[in-house]
Amino acid sequence: MAIPIKVRAGNGEIKALISHPTENGLRKDAKSGQFIPAHFINSVMVAINGKTVLDGQWSGGVSKDPFIAFRVKGMKAGDRVNLSVKDNMGDTGSVETSAS
Amino acid sequence: MNSARRLLLKAAGSAGLLTSAVAAGLLKPGRALADWDSAAFSATRLTDALAAIGASGATTSLDVVVKTPDIAENGAVVPVEIVTTLPNVESIAILAEKNPTPLIAQYTLTDFDGMLTTRIKLRETSKVRAIVRAGGKLYTSAKEVKVTIGGCGG
Repeated sequence: MAIPIKVRAGNGEIKALISHPTENGLRKDAKSGQFIPAHFINSVMVAINGKTVLDGQWSGGVSKDPFIAFRVKGMKAGDRVNLSVKDNMGDTGSVETSAS
Repeated sequence: MNSARRLLLKAAGSAGLLTSAVAAGLLKPGRALADWDSAAFSATRLTDALAAIGASGATTSLDVVVKTPDIAENGAVVPVEIVTTLPNVESIAILAEKNPTPLIAQYTLTDFDGMLTTRIKLRETSKVRAIVRAGGKLYTSAKEVKVTIGGCGG
C-alpha cells in the first residue's frame, strides 16, 4: 500500500492518502453481476515519537484511497510520525516520517 | 467481620456497574486493544448506530462545525472536515445518516488541535453528523449534503 504523508510542525497538521480499493461490499461487478466483496481499512493509527495520538476505526463508507488529515498540539520539527493501517482482509501498511 | 463483607459488596457492585456501562457502550475498553466495533458499524439505523457508540445523549453544539460541500456531484468522494473549539477532545465519530450503515469512522484522540478531515461515501442526499466527546461530555452537529450521483453502489 502506498501511503504518501505530509507532516508540518508549524501548525501540527498530519495529512496522508492511502492507496486502497475500499470496497463496501454493496457494489456489483458490472460484468458478472456479483457483489464485489467488502475490502476496506478498518484500523488506522498515528503515533508521534511512539505515543498514539489517533486510534481510528473505519467502515467501507470511507472513500476509495482514504484521505485523512488532522491537527495535534505541541508538534516540533524532527518529531517522528508513524501511521499504520490494517484492512479487513489482514493486509497492513505503514509509513514513518519526520515533522518539518 | 462486617467491613470485609462491605468491601466485597462494594467491589462486586462497582464491577457490575462497569460491565453494564461497557455493554451499553458508555465506556470503551482500551481502544488500542479493542477489535473493530462490528456492532456499531453494522447498525443499519442511525439511532442504533448512535446507541452502539454510546452517543444517544449528545447535545447539539455550535462549537462543533461539520464542513462539507453543499452539493456533492460524486457521492463516492465527499470531503468532511470536523472543526471544534472544544478543549480536551477525546473522540470523534462521523456518521452519514442515510447510508445503509450510517457509522463511517470513529477516532480516539490525544493532544487533538481542533481539525480532522476524512473523505466519505454518501448513497444519497443526507445529513453528515459528527459526535465529539470532550471533557467527558458528548456534543453533536450535522450538515446536509445534496448528492447528485450516489456512492454506495447497488
